[in-house]
Amino acid sequence: MASPLDQFTVIKWADIEVAGYDISFTNSSAAMVASVVLVTLFVTLGMRKNALVPGRWQSSVEMCYEFVAKMLGDTAGPDGRKYFPFIFSLFMFVLFANLIGMLPWLHPFTFTSHIAVTFAMAAFVFIGVTLIGFITHGFKFLGFFVPHGAPWYLLLILVPIEIISYLSRPISLSVRLFANMVAGHTMLKVFGGFVVSLSALGAAGVVGAFFPLAFIVALTGLELLVACLQAYVFAMLTCLYLNDALHMH
Amino acid sequence: MTLIFSLNYKALSLADDKRKSQEMKETLDDLNTRVSAAREANKPKKARGLNEATAYGIATRLVAELVAGIVVGVLIGWYLDRLFDTKPWLMIIMVMLGATAGITNVMRASKQLAPKDTDNKDDEK
Repeated sequence: MASPLDQFTVIKWADIEVAGYDISFTNSSAAMVASVVLVTLFVTLGMRKNALVPGRWQSSVEMCYEFVAKMLGDTAGPDGRKYFPFIFSLFMFVLFANLIGMLPWLHPFTFTSHIAVTFAMAAFVFIGVTLIGFITHGFKFLGFFVPHGAPWYLLLILVPIEIISYLSRPISLSVRLFANMVAGHTMLKVFGGFVVSLSALGAAGVVGAFFPLAFIVALTGLELLVACLQAYVFAMLTCLYLNDALHMH
Repeated sequence: MTLIFSLNYKALSLADDKRKSQEMKETLDDLNTRVSAAREANKPKKARGLNEATAYGIATRLVAELVAGIVVGVLIGWYLDRLFDTKPWLMIIMVMLGATAGITNVMRASKQLAPKDTDNKDDEK
């Protein structure tokens, strides 16, 4: 029987090598392209009619827009408005990636289940936010690492702690998304394996196989929640980090 | 005779009007209380569903925050030890600092979440 981790294997679809770097088109890249294309289609086709009274599709696009706009406004304030396109793209990209991975047919690849992908996104956010901090505050941004009102001998311990705490942001951001997706999909596959191996045992096994099957149904619902929730958490924390860079709390 | 009758009638209708307006007020009051009761009944349900979803989000968030601090501490310690050839001392110090940073992060994250929770409690009251 196939291992439950087989679903995370990256398969090369087309070998491409540029200047010694392997940039082959894999099933992971295909899922990313699918995510980008679907988000673009969802938003542009949904807003095509641009009606004053929105239909179902337009309404769902507007709901996504308003959700992200409210999240950004609540966490980063009015100064964060100009970063809205980035946060919106990030949220929709991760959301569609997670949801594509939940499709039961075509065996789609969940690229957010790879730490390489989530860490690349988190590192991009981290570097971008740090640059925004230095651009808006200059070298005063380094004061972010010095807690107010602490005596100098405590600063010897507190400053390294603050720096580690700042550096841990991309790690926690990427590990959370990646671990959630891996855990959920592995669990689904493990219970799916139970169904297969139980039903191979004969009539009693087939009856018994309904229990893990029922569990898979419940678990799929939970995984849909997790898929949306983790996209939200990813985008929300990006907003929070942006707020720290803009306002240095 | 007719005059008395009409007067009587007028008095009756006046009393009727008064009773009617009283009744109307009562039904309005009743409607008000029923509407607010229905609102109250709907509110906690909605909030609870959302809270349970965000509770999962908060849980994963806090755990990742705690682990990430230690991981960064280990990585920095391991790298500095290799750089200065001081195995295992810098790693030990950095893991402790990393764990502290992780706990600080968790405390900060829960502090950010705290005001929202009290808001919800006030709503429920």
